[in-house]
Amino acid sequence: MVERTPFLDFLSYLLLTLGVAAVAFPIFYCVVAATLPLEDVLRMPMPLTPGGHLFENFGLALEKGHLSRQLWNSFLVAMGVALGKITISIISAYAIVYFPFRFRMPAFWMIFMTLMLPVEVRILPTYEVAANLFSPVAAILRLFHVEIELKLSLLNSYPGLILPLVASATATFLFRQFFLTVPEELCEAAKIDGAGPLQFFWKVLLPLSKTNIAALFVILFVTGWNQYLWPLLVTTESDMRMAVVGIQALIPKAEQAPQWNVAMAGALLVMLPPVLVVVLMQRWFVRGLIEHEK
Amino acid sequence: MIKRAHFRNPVLPYLLIFPQILVTVVFFFWPAGAALMQAFLISDAFGQKSRFVWFENFATVFSVPEYKVIFLRTLWFSLLVTLLSMGAGLLLAVLANRAFKLRKFFSTMIIWPYAVAPAIAGILWMFLFHPSYGAIGRHLHEAFDWNPTLNATHAMVLVVVASSWKQISYNFVFFLGALQSVPRSLIEAACIDGAGPARRFFVITLPLLSPTLFFLLVMNFVYAFFETFGVIHSTTEGGPGGATSTLVYKVYSDGFVGLDLGGSAAQSVVLMVITIALTFVQFRYAEKRVHYSGGR
Repeated sequence: MVERTPFLDFLSYLLLTLGVAAVAFPIFYCVVAATLPLEDVLRMPMPLTPGGHLFENFGLALEKGHLSRQLWNSFLVAMGVALGKITISIISAYAIVYFPFRFRMPAFWMIFMTLMLPVEVRILPTYEVAANLFSPVAAILRLFHVEIELKLSLLNSYPGLILPLVASATATFLFRQFFLTVPEELCEAAKIDGAGPLQFFWKVLLPLSKTNIAALFVILFVTGWNQYLWPLLVTTESDMRMAVVGIQALIPKAEQAPQWNVAMAGALLVMLPPVLVVVLMQRWFVRGLIEHEK
Repeated sequence: MIKRAHFRNPVLPYLLIFPQILVTVVFFFWPAGAALMQAFLISDAFGQKSRFVWFENFATVFSVPEYKVIFLRTLWFSLLVTLLSMGAGLLLAVLANRAFKLRKFFSTMIIWPYAVAPAIAGILWMFLFHPSYGAIGRHLHEAFDWNPTLNATHAMVLVVVASSWKQISYNFVFFLGALQSVPRSLIEAACIDGAGPARRFFVITLPLLSPTLFFLLVMNFVYAFFETFGVIHSTTEGGPGGATSTLVYKVYSDGFVGLDLGGSAAQSVVLMVITIALTFVQFRYAEKRVHYSGGR
């Protein structure tokens, strides 16, 4: 038993409340600004009680730029990144852990190496591949003096947004670590009962991985939604922009009317989906974060 | 490592691993290789022919005094962001860990800013720090003639604060997790030996947190290097006059705005080397951590 420290407890509650208020203030301020009419936002000081113009500001934000379409894009890309990454990494982890085959170790190391370099480091060459998916093939053939005219551009497309973000190994590692902790007896029993590899995967391994999948999904959805640099490069049409990038069009420039209420309403719309995912799935999120990174 | 109980199949494993390998080769190995190649080439004005020039691109990159300035700026920017966000995260986690009854409520309140994109964090703080309309910026404007669009120091403060704020939640989650795994018996034993709360924190809790501290140090550095691009691009666009440009921002602006492919590729390679070094540091730490918990 630790001693009672009423004064210290009081002090830490006080500090904690202040700290939480400081951390939450930017979001609180954004929410308030999003509910105010323009003249209130520009008043000095801006009132800190919400007004009644939230939906009007939402409407203006959605109308300006292509925000409603861009929110849909963000949703599709975040889902695509999360589900795509989970799918390809769970099956490759299964292959690496449960099958002896010739290129097992080289394949493992190839995937392992991708942990080292985030997409920010290799943007320019990745952009070139996205601009023409066949450029690697063409470059290899050129070594043999064969010229081909094949061009498939992924710019301004969903695959172009999603695929390069799927190419990293963190999820594969998480599943590999998890599969290694699954008791050997389960596989032995399944084999005695005559289950094949696909049946074992589908009926035993996949149901066991449910919590891991949920945790990973939260992390991947949020990071997918919040991507910035890659979507900025690979999309030029405002119809294909992701919301986090497209929202920049709402920020008042020096020569424009300072519609910060509309900008904040837009920012609120853009941050709401990932915030909801994190708050509603907090338990899985905390677990996922800690396991994902280690 | 492979399972003792496993399957043998001549085709299936290849089919299972194929999608991952394909994506990895096309969008990872090829681009990384191309960046390495390009870093040693100079192409003519039309981008038709290129010439092998050994380390000329690197020499050019490092000979520009601006690059050294940006390099150093990125280092101290990252250091500032790391210290601020880790400090705030640790303080809040220690306090939340003491608040037994309301721990869950406070945790939720601190955790959810994690979901805010760096670029959105930038916009929120840009508004707060706006010299004429922002809740904080207005007072700063009166006091120091605050204006982040014109003053380089002010712009840097904006970028550092926004980047650190966004990362507090992340550090909080890890610190709180680590604090909760400190064995209660150790705390109680120290208490019986007459150690007060402060002494217990510095003699028992903090040493037990050291693996987490080190892990977060690396992760925050990586965050400050790469992910803060969104904060910078959405608020200052590297300005005023390039005063808030970091290494990643320069790769972007040289490659995509200035179209200097060789130079940008050489810079990418420099970044790759930094990242790989950071990764190795982390793996060494990971090994130590295994040893550490094994010995306990």
